[in-house]
Amino acid sequence: MSDRFVVSASPHLRDTMNTRKVMWWVVIALAPAGLSSVWIFGWRSLLVQAVSVAACLAAEALSELALKRPITIGDGSAVVTGLLLAFCCPASSPWWMMVIGAAAAIFLVKQLFGGIGYNIFNPALAARAVLLSSWPVAMTAWSEPVRSFFRADVITAATPLGLMKEAARIQGPFTPPSYLDQLLGNIPGSLGETCKVALLAGALLLMILRIVDWRTPVSFLAAMAALSALLGRNPAFDLLSGGAVLGAFFMATDMVTSPTTKTGRWIFGAACGLLSVLIRAYGGFPEGVCYAILFMNCLNPSIEQYVRPRRFGARGLRKEATR
Amino acid sequence: MRLKSFRGGVHAPDRKEATRDRPIEVLPPPARVVIPLQQHTGAPCEALVKEGDAVALGQKIGDSKAFVSAPVHASIAGKVTAVQLLPHPVLPKPVLSVVIEAGETPEVAAAGGPPDQAGYAAGWESLTVEQIKGSIREAGVVGLGGAAFPTHVKLSPSPEKPVDTLVLNGVECEPYLTNDHRLMLERGEEILEGARIVMKVLGVRRAFLGIEANKLDAIRHMEKLAVGAGVEVVGLKVKYPQGAEKQLIKAVLNREVPSGGLPFDVGVVVQNVGTVLAVREAVVRGKPLIERVLTVSGDGVGEPKNLLVRLGTSFAAVLEACGGATLDGEAKVLMGGPMMGIAQYSLEVPVIKGTSGILVFRRGRLERETPCIKCGRCVEVCPMGLMPVRIADYAEKDNFAMCQEYGVKDCIECGACAFVCDTRRPLVHWVKYAKWNLARKK
Repeated sequence: MSDRFVVSASPHLRDTMNTRKVMWWVVIALAPAGLSSVWIFGWRSLLVQAVSVAACLAAEALSELALKRPITIGDGSAVVTGLLLAFCCPASSPWWMMVIGAAAAIFLVKQLFGGIGYNIFNPALAARAVLLSSWPVAMTAWSEPVRSFFRADVITAATPLGLMKEAARIQGPFTPPSYLDQLLGNIPGSLGETCKVALLAGALLLMILRIVDWRTPVSFLAAMAALSALLGRNPAFDLLSGGAVLGAFFMATDMVTSPTTKTGRWIFGAACGLLSVLIRAYGGFPEGVCYAILFMNCLNPSIEQYVRPRRFGARGLRKEATR
Repeated sequence: MRLKSFRGGVHAPDRKEATRDRPIEVLPPPARVVIPLQQHTGAPCEALVKEGDAVALGQKIGDSKAFVSAPVHASIAGKVTAVQLLPHPVLPKPVLSVVIEAGETPEVAAAGGPPDQAGYAAGWESLTVEQIKGSIREAGVVGLGGAAFPTHVKLSPSPEKPVDTLVLNGVECEPYLTNDHRLMLERGEEILEGARIVMKVLGVRRAFLGIEANKLDAIRHMEKLAVGAGVEVVGLKVKYPQGAEKQLIKAVLNREVPSGGLPFDVGVVVQNVGTVLAVREAVVRGKPLIERVLTVSGDGVGEPKNLLVRLGTSFAAVLEACGGATLDGEAKVLMGGPMMGIAQYSLEVPVIKGTSGILVFRRGRLERETPCIKCGRCVEVCPMGLMPVRIADYAEKDNFAMCQEYGVKDCIECGACAFVCDTRRPLVHWVKYAKWNLARKK
């Protein structure tokens, strides 16, 4: 009998979930939206997604080499970032722009802040903001749905939210696309945000696996609908036309950049929803989900600071303090 | 049956199949025992014997004048061969221990237990509360659930805090362990008699017995026995840490022990079922605590068992009686369950009063820790409503004041947080580290 044993602090039994599994489950959950996008916008969508993912993986490896960190491209987090970045860019995006976006997401937003777990902003959304302010034309060159893998018409069109904003500006008439088209993604928009059915299917999977807490998206969308109705907008249109579903289920729920408490998640989600509508209604951009979430990423540390769970036996806390 | 529970917690695999249906076996007394003079929470005992002394079975060999302490007894008859510092399964440093080797005439040890002391057969009902508490103390009874708090102290609430309810803990929420389960099935009547003794000491009329729903046979059996005994059996949801004192009280009575407080503060005393059995043995038979039931299990054990073992028997001897253990460089040996048990560095440590189990795992090495992704799972499952992620963050930076601000002292170290952690962060380690530093600074 050997007398050398492994000694460590309890517990000695661990659950089987880990970061790698979480990330790959998110990739699986994003797959329906990614694949349907290839059908909706043609092969260019596949190209943009592939370039974005490849560039994110390369950026992760190169950053980690440069910063002398262990290489972690196998953990799947760069793949998630790559997919999410592609999802919030037009299908017509040039390949070099995606490479720059990937570098911004991984190097600037993630690795320079300390790597996985330490970033303040959602890497994909922060990179989208960088791209939007650098190449505003390319980032708003939305293509019409072509509904065929082999076609990639470069007919650019405005998104429904863009059309609505323009109509409001010139006080002209505006007819939204049918709800069926909005649900199926048959509308111009960022390549991964349009097909709500596919996004919701993936989101459902993540909620069942408890990788996504339902509180964040539910409060996000509920607050959005409520404020939209209050402002006399069309709540259903606000929820379905733009990036709200993608943002609520896949961006605002990013574990690293959102609260760890249930109450914090209610607040975070609701604030994201409210800000999204405010930006859409009163801001210069037709879409507000991206900036709303980035803004709330900034406030996340404060939410974490002040919102804490109710402690067991909290009635005794005051007594403890005076002792 | 409506099952009760508490907020938070985890659903860990219970892995009790290996031993749940195996009746308790008696391990023959070993030829040598090591009795540490500290086996309980509180002041250590002083040795009452010295090298060369002959000791009888059940003879008191260590005691203390401190109130929060419990004496220790010889678990075999024989001769004291040493009183020296020896490894202990719980305490980090070697502890003064009495080594007893059986003589050439092990006739008393072979009898299977100490003879009932004269005068005890008369019936405990006629004894006064102080007499009963005296018997419990003299027998060295401590909490057998693991914390090993002296039972006579736990049965002495201050007069300002009237106790109205006794809660018996038959939850056994730690995976693998089945010793309490077997005790309830095999010695249920004695447990209930022990409960009645404790109720008399506390002067309470109400008692509940909490059992998790993964022990339906025990629930049914105890329900049947408890008819008319003044003890109500309560079925509890299978959720870890259902057996933690505060969580059990919350589930059974919906009372919340205040932060920094004790069950006394909500009028409750909790006793493990094994402990009340030991109380009965002490009061009815005058038998000191010299043996206990423990579960030997895990994938590294040849033949998992529930065993009645003399205190002081080495882990090595216990494992040998269970078909041996598979041990190589990766193995892990635990005292207690896998959630709160203590990893051992030697098999020479003795079974002590708090040893509820000995588990051996072939592959004890943990996956490597990766950076925390703030998933919040630890916060979600914490039964005490704490934020383990923040406590660990501050403990890593030696900021213990902030650990305290985040309630580290409320932590019961159940390990639910580290169990669910996606990144294998040693959260309980950081909690212990913070508590240790906070205690040191005082």
